[in-house]
Amino acid sequence: MMKRTLLAASAALAFASSAAAQDMAVTNATVATGDGSAPIENATVVVRGGQVVAAGSGVTVPAGMQTIDGSGRWVTPGIFMPLTDLGLWDVGAVSNSNDSRAGDARFNAALDASTAVNYASQHIAVSRGGGVTRATIALSPSDSIFAGQGAAIDLGADANAVVAPKVFQMVVLGEAGARIAGGTRVAAFAEFANALREAREVQSGRRVAEDSMLGRTDAEALGAVIDGQQKLYVHVERASDILSVLDLKKTYPRLDLVLVSVSEGWMVARQIAASGVPVIADAIDNLPSSFEQLGATQSNVGRMVDAGVKVAIGGLSGGITGPRTAPQFAGNLVSLSKLPRASGLTWGEALATITSIPAEISGFGGKYGVLKPGAAGDVVIWDGDPLEVSSAPVRVFIDGVEQPLDNHQTRLRERYRDLDESQLPKAYDW
Amino acid sequence: MRYRALTVLGGAVALAACSTGSSGQSVQSASSAAATASKSESAPFPSTYRRYPGAPTALVGATVYDGKGGMIEGGTVLFADGKVVGIGGSDLGIPAGYTRIDGTGKFVTPGIIDIHSHLGNYPSPSVQAHSDGNEATSPMTPQVWAEHSVWPQDPGFSRAMANGGITSLQILPGSANLMGGRSATLKNVPSRTVQGMKFPDAPYGFKMACGENPKRVYGGRGRMPSTRMGNFAVNRQMWLDAKVYADGDRKKRDLAKETLAGVLDGDILVHNHCYRADEMALVMDMAKEAGYRVSTFHHAVEAYKIGDLLKENEVCSAIWADWYGFKMESYDGIPENAALLQKEGACVVIHSDDDMGIQRLNQEAAKAQAAGKRMGIDISDATVISWITLNAAKAMGIDDQTGSLEDGKMADVVLWNGDPLSVYSRPEKVWVDGALLFDANDPKRRPVSDFELGQPGEGDVK
Repeated sequence: MMKRTLLAASAALAFASSAAAQDMAVTNATVATGDGSAPIENATVVVRGGQVVAAGSGVTVPAGMQTIDGSGRWVTPGIFMPLTDLGLWDVGAVSNSNDSRAGDARFNAALDASTAVNYASQHIAVSRGGGVTRATIALSPSDSIFAGQGAAIDLGADANAVVAPKVFQMVVLGEAGARIAGGTRVAAFAEFANALREAREVQSGRRVAEDSMLGRTDAEALGAVIDGQQKLYVHVERASDILSVLDLKKTYPRLDLVLVSVSEGWMVARQIAASGVPVIADAIDNLPSSFEQLGATQSNVGRMVDAGVKVAIGGLSGGITGPRTAPQFAGNLVSLSKLPRASGLTWGEALATITSIPAEISGFGGKYGVLKPGAAGDVVIWDGDPLEVSSAPVRVFIDGVEQPLDNHQTRLRERYRDLDESQLPKAYDW
Repeated sequence: MRYRALTVLGGAVALAACSTGSSGQSVQSASSAAATASKSESAPFPSTYRRYPGAPTALVGATVYDGKGGMIEGGTVLFADGKVVGIGGSDLGIPAGYTRIDGTGKFVTPGIIDIHSHLGNYPSPSVQAHSDGNEATSPMTPQVWAEHSVWPQDPGFSRAMANGGITSLQILPGSANLMGGRSATLKNVPSRTVQGMKFPDAPYGFKMACGENPKRVYGGRGRMPSTRMGNFAVNRQMWLDAKVYADGDRKKRDLAKETLAGVLDGDILVHNHCYRADEMALVMDMAKEAGYRVSTFHHAVEAYKIGDLLKENEVCSAIWADWYGFKMESYDGIPENAALLQKEGACVVIHSDDDMGIQRLNQEAAKAQAAGKRMGIDISDATVISWITLNAAKAMGIDDQTGSLEDGKMADVVLWNGDPLSVYSRPEKVWVDGALLFDANDPKRRPVSDFELGQPGEGDVK
């Protein structure tokens, strides 16, 4: 019985890699568009030419179009996970297989994460099976306060993973930045100011090599940051650090800032909202894991949203709380709305934190993470409420192309469905 | 943010925080060990835990999971003087003087138990000064006791109660060492001292670790073990030496050998961090050679490959729902692990090894259940609840006292505001020995550790 299942699995894997975008409609489904609105029952999603052409109730399916009955199913845009490490590692603790840290590199701001993306990574496959269709990836800062430039990728089972390279630069201030810069936040800010100064000098042809601490390549890379052409993601946690970062706009008015993590964001939510700077946050970290996170609470995201801050859930990476757990975290934000004195999100808001909002913050608003005309045909059909821990995708489309959902894990599952070795060893079950 | 968590993976989780293993489902009573020596000698640092006052309480109208696989719709749970005194349907009489709590639309479970935690020995804030989980100066440290590292003021304890409904937990030494030391089994109650948290009459656990961590930590220093075969050689020699000690008069105090003798006597339960199936099989044979039993393999991501062996040897698997890939020996982790084990008839425990994961063991169990269902293995909700209650209690040797809602057991009870296997549910009230120690509706029934006083967010909903 095992053989039959396995054959079916490999067949699916084989044909999917050569599949093309298909026009299709999902009907009678509960559709959540990802824009923050509540899910719509008995709704339809139409995808043509790799793009969404309609989503909602009262949508007519064009004659002759292939139709998937979505009865009992939920349909959402694919999950968009910002600031992860998909495609950059195979085994976290096996350093040869892990490209997510550049501790001994001679470069920093110039590092371009798009150059190392392995589209065939198991973790891309596992995340795809979890309904994740897009992500931005970046290195972890290790030997410089600048982690380098992040890329946008799709999780399709094809060789074209990189959607856009160099979509942001990341800098780490706060405790992590302080450690890297020489032991104090003061040094991290000095390092930052010097880097931008050198970037400006390179831009204007005034670089004095012997007076430069930054390599030319790194300084060149930061040019786009000071011009505001490339977003600058700033990782900080503490309320006072958040305010210091917002103050950077006074010195560098063109910086296009995104705040990252901000465990104590709720304490200065009003100021963040007033600045218009969006946030990529941890969903529910609530421990004083460091002295810059003393105020951490699961209500952080809800309170920031209430104050008018645009907040995405991000940073889910690795094999523990990887991108595929994003719906669980979003669901937890919904659960908070039932708790006295806690601040949670509505269901629609919660879904938006892992779909449309991260796409918007990443520069792909209206294109990814949302089901509306003109958006990419990134469509996930779920066997139940997608934010519920018991639910899972049953079909995943990226740019209208149906994706295989198999991976190393599903193959192991089928091999060990039973432990029978009476005829042959397990090695022949494939 | 998470890139920091990744670092932790390479470092702390892979080494420091990481798990241990314990064995044993059917556990011998701890009392036999105590009989061999005077109380203060055999059981120093005794528990000073006393239950807090509680009112006789009747929970009525809720869906009740009893922790041992049973479910009652519209059930009634009675507790008084710290003990469960009745569980049944709506027809169960409520004695006079009981506070009646309407649980209509809500759910009741036994207090949740985490068999694998480092709260207290890797507390928050996770600064080096607090890094007390691994005595990583020798691969063999059976003489150390986790209770001497536990900081009762770790704010993580309160989060585990408020969000996870945790009422009992085992604090294990880390996994840097082959033999990491004794565990501490605690009631999740705020206390000035660790003795005030120690679970009364709980047997000690003993942490061992297979695989990558010990060989990396010590091999990296140019000393044994640097290989898996080295791991076994060092372990086996230690057991042989321990047997000599155990078979002797035991008069000369030797803290390391006393612990090992306690394991050989069956009084101390082995919790063995072990990821790979082939290694678990070797450990079970090593245990037979040495004359002890493994209670539980912790982090057993490949347990599904040897469910038959684990069942035959009556060894529990304490596992995550879906962690994988963070280190080589975790590469074959699959979300169906728990379900495949359950199908094989082996003992399943869902554990956290994580100060965040301990706040949602219920959700993790639900994910593992759902993964099984998708491959055609249907496991009842009530059985899934036993993965985080009675099964954990059995593996820790405290199932005669807690882990299920049965007459005479400790009134460790959680009232959930919805189905505990749903992401949308949270504990509404948590009782430990019948004392209401968390109430989502009452800000004063929320513990605030010394560390949090006067800090941002003191007393905040967390």
